[in-house]
Amino acid sequence: MNAPTEQPARLTVATCSLAGCFGCHMSFLDVDERIVELAQLVTFDRSPLTDVKHCSERVDVGLIEGGLCNVENVEVLREFRASCRYLVAVGSCAITGGVPAVRNKFTLESCLREAYIDAPGIDNPHIPCDPEIPLLLNKVRPIHEVVRVDYVLPGCPPPAEAFWELLTALIAGREPELAYEHRRFD
Amino acid sequence: MSETKNTFTLDGQPVVFEAGQTIMNAALAAGHYIPHLCHHREFKPHGSCKVCTVRVNGWLSASCTTPASAGAKVESEAPDIQEARRRIVQMLFIEGNHFCPFCVKSGNCQLQAVAYHLGMEDTSLPHRFPSRAMDASHPDVVLDRDRCINCSLCVRASRDADGKDLFGLSGRGIDTHLVVNSSTGLLKDTNIDANDRAIQVCPTGALLVKRRGYEQPIGERRFDAQAIECEFESKY
Repeated sequence: MNAPTEQPARLTVATCSLAGCFGCHMSFLDVDERIVELAQLVTFDRSPLTDVKHCSERVDVGLIEGGLCNVENVEVLREFRASCRYLVAVGSCAITGGVPAVRNKFTLESCLREAYIDAPGIDNPHIPCDPEIPLLLNKVRPIHEVVRVDYVLPGCPPPAEAFWELLTALIAGREPELAYEHRRFD
Repeated sequence: MSETKNTFTLDGQPVVFEAGQTIMNAALAAGHYIPHLCHHREFKPHGSCKVCTVRVNGWLSASCTTPASAGAKVESEAPDIQEARRRIVQMLFIEGNHFCPFCVKSGNCQLQAVAYHLGMEDTSLPHRFPSRAMDASHPDVVLDRDRCINCSLCVRASRDADGKDLFGLSGRGIDTHLVVNSSTGLLKDTNIDANDRAIQVCPTGALLVKRRGYEQPIGERRFDAQAIECEFESKY
């Protein structure tokens, strides 16, 4: 007799890392046992956590950590952006370039020389140029300089509570609101 | 309304002022916080950062340099003013090199705290990543121009409180930068001292005492639990 009630469509969530340290992903996992609850509310798509390499056709929320330091980062970001309804810049590197952007004070050539030619104890000094290795960008860039960003989670890393607030808000169809203590630049 | 003789309204609330007081000083004395970076109550106003911009009888004006006037209608927390302030602070961030994740001043930094107060979560503008000279020549004090916002508080404090006149702002517009008043332009050739007021008033981590850092654990720093406005609202 009971007609099956229509379940709201489960949100699809993808995650991705560019020039970052995976610290943001580790912080996401600090939601601890709530990951079980989350897995019942959303479907995980492309992510280092699922080892799926490319997004499905339709992803609702894409969380991306890390900035842009090479051409592969740019390609991955553009593909990810095209797949995601809402793109979330996660952490200092995605939002500002972060620690990798410290090299922006120096020319790319001087960075490569320091690492591969001039540093002490180097055998066969030469700058790697294998086509398998993505070319480095002249400057490390935050992702908003290349694609449109819908939401941000500041922090290095953002606390697990910030991830939880963002995802539960989007699941509930409301705007995320980060508490003062969960809105940090460090 | 005879009581408006020495009173203006700040977002609808009456604020009593003394003759000659600026809107900023009257507001702070009455326990109302107006966000600011280049203002410090001990020093002459500079009016350069514009974070304290308010609307006085319909006109935008820096509250740290505008004299309070009887019956004025001052708006501070109107959404468009807050949005403009947020944009100003975002520009301060992208103009310099502010690496909060590892900065010694993080958690005790007023630039960061004002950003938090204004609800700033990202920079949203293209970052300049400028190349600026660091001065680590002095044994006890370091000047990291990457973090300098040209507020000139050290200039005023060194001149008016320390009596040394060690700093100045040079250049114009985007090329404005902090210079050191010594024959070499370096801190090592000055009589700066680690206890100088010029260092203490720096709102960012541009002027720091060497061999001191990360003294408080995360969670116990100045702005970790308490927002900057609470500090001002309780102090006055």
